[in-house]
Amino acid sequence: MQKIMVCVKRVVDYNVRVRVKPDGSGVMLDGVKMSVNPFDEIALEEALRIKERTGNVEVVAASIGVPDTQQQLRTALAMGADRAVLVETTAPIEPLTAAQAFLALVRKENPDIVFLGKQAIDDDANQTGQMLAALWDRPQATYASKVEIAGGKAAVTREVDAGLETIEIDLPAVITVDLRLNEPRYVKLPDIMKAKKKPLDVIALDSLGVAAEQRLKVVKTDPPAQRQKGIMVKDVAELVDVLKKKGLIR
Amino acid sequence: MSKILIVGEHDGRQLNPAVAKCVTCAAGIAGGEISVALFGADTAGVAAQAAAIAGVKSVLRVDRPENTHPLAAVLAPQVAALAADHSHIFGPSTSFGKDLMPRVAALLGAPQVSDLMAVEAPHRFRRPIYAGNAIITVEADPAHKVVATVRVASFESAPAGGSAAVESRTLQVALPAHTRYVGAKTAASERPDLQTAARVISGGRALGSADNFKMLFALADKMGAAVGASRAAVDAGYAANEMQVGQTGKIIAPDMYVAIGISGAIQHLTGIKDAKTIVAINKDPEAPIFEVADVGLVGDLFQVVPEIDRLIG
Ligand SMILES: Cc1cc2nc3c(=O)[nH]c(=O)nc-3n(C[C@H](O)[C@H](O)[C@H](O)COP(=O)(O)OP(=O)(O)OC[C@H]3O[C@@H](n4cnc5c(N)ncnc54)[C@H](O)[C@@H]3O)c2cc1C
Ligand SMILES: Nc1ncnc2c1ncn2[C@@H]1O[C@H](COP(=O)(O)O)[C@@H](O)[C@H]1O
Repeated sequence: MQKIMVCVKRVVDYNVRVRVKPDGSGVMLDGVKMSVNPFDEIALEEALRIKERTGNVEVVAASIGVPDTQQQLRTALAMGADRAVLVETTAPIEPLTAAQAFLALVRKENPDIVFLGKQAIDDDANQTGQMLAALWDRPQATYASKVEIAGGKAAVTREVDAGLETIEIDLPAVITVDLRLNEPRYVKLPDIMKAKKKPLDVIALDSLGVAAEQRLKVVKTDPPAQRQKGIMVKDVAELVDVLKKKGLIR
Repeated sequence: MSKILIVGEHDGRQLNPAVAKCVTCAAGIAGGEISVALFGADTAGVAAQAAAIAGVKSVLRVDRPENTHPLAAVLAPQVAALAADHSHIFGPSTSFGKDLMPRVAALLGAPQVSDLMAVEAPHRFRRPIYAGNAIITVEADPAHKVVATVRVASFESAPAGGSAAVESRTLQVALPAHTRYVGAKTAASERPDLQTAARVISGGRALGSADNFKMLFALADKMGAAVGASRAAVDAGYAANEMQVGQTGKIIAPDMYVAIGISGAIQHLTGIKDAKTIVAINKDPEAPIFEVADVGLVGDLFQVVPEIDRLIG
């Protein structure tokens, strides 16, 4: 094991209540707090733990996005990544385009593992890791809740609808992480200072030979349907009564 | 004409109920022709079940030993090969479909519409973003095939009564050996399945222990309900991971959802928005769950739950 790449996306912080613009042209993003996608923090944490266990592994954080994405990459460097690459673009990037760009980086970097989040909490697409694995023609282990590496292979336990499933994959491979894999470390002030000196390369998307193609055009953004305000009951007897009347319990 | 291929999830014996919901979604594409593809070691039984769904024109069986366990890396090239003469390739928005379909899309060079919740036209769909805080309408470039995962909570099941033709297909596709199934740990349960149950009772962090969750299981058994949980309850080890409801867990649409000791974080609410009746029990009258609840009760769950249990006998 020599190198691990971690994909880190800049997204609206998960505590922000996102609102739709009145004219339906998108969501309001002005002045909104931006953060590292929570799943990507878990992905990075896992890479750092592998590095700490096995030593001699370089951890590279990679992102595709606007110039300000450097902030999130600095956070990744402060957490412990060795260096970072920003593929800069201001165009909206579909998961397939992101996968194409990451494939181009993979061809340059030759990582043993690429860690991604299982989904980005802005587009909720849950696609990029699987698409990268397909384009790279390598294994994918999605929704990882446990990763064990030995002898050029990884045994990955996955969170699936029926419970937990374990698969074995040959490296190099793509692993996308789920919530229970680990708890990401907090960044300490000295780490933030140190991170300022770590290398952060910026390259243009088209320098990778990838175009920001729009295969899916967003034509309208609507707020979700609102639920009707309900009633409050005063005690359990009334609750049971209401549910019986609605035919929900016998 | 649109030709829609649905990748049918199954466990070797039972067709997943999500397939009948995908059929309803696909039937929304006017004039479309619907096929269901089944991959497995022996899909005869599940093929008969798929053929009986009204609206399905044909069922395509791809039986080979490598397909015993649904590994995305193994299935994707086969789905892509079958997709050659289809315009739309749909799968359910389950862990099976979410894992597989993007791999298929990339092989086809096609975009994917995740969590498709409404079909407006053959290339125009609605889907949620930002944990359901916004719904976008997307138009897919007809130059590509459309790959989609179908948000099953948005569609009713297609009725029975179909009599589709069942064909066996042999595909000349080389399959990778780099990915191997090792095993699974699933909690076999007599309770209704969380994703299809008519009634669901969920517990949150307030339950305080796995032991206290037994109280919910007992109540659920009396009501014929499935049991779910918030992320906080799962993270704390009070409930199994497959019980998590929400943005990153299961998205469900039961007739009744009972949230007990759950605050109602946006990530949780997105999983239950389509429930017909939401009941909330929380000791904090300000808890956000009450903003979406049809019926709310402010109270201590450790008093309320035993009392409900007693009253419904
Ligand atoms: C990337 C990401 C993804 C996420 N995905 C999900 C997801 O899929 N599903 C999900 O659920 N969450 C998800 N979350 C977490 C979510 O933000 C909340 O943290 C979580 O839902 C809180 O769970 P809870 O309501 O059980 O706990 P809390 O928020 O701690 O709420 C506990 C509630 O219990 C009440 N209470 C306490 N004691 C009692 C009592 N004795 N009787 C009655 N009521 C009592 C309290 O008033 C409180 O409202 C996600 C978060 C992130 C960052
Ligand atoms: N623009 C991006 N920059 C960095 N990482 C990304 C980007 N888009 C997607 N990813 C990675 O892919 C994962 C899944 O994203 P998505 O497919 O959009 O849900 C994220 O958790 C990230 O790890």
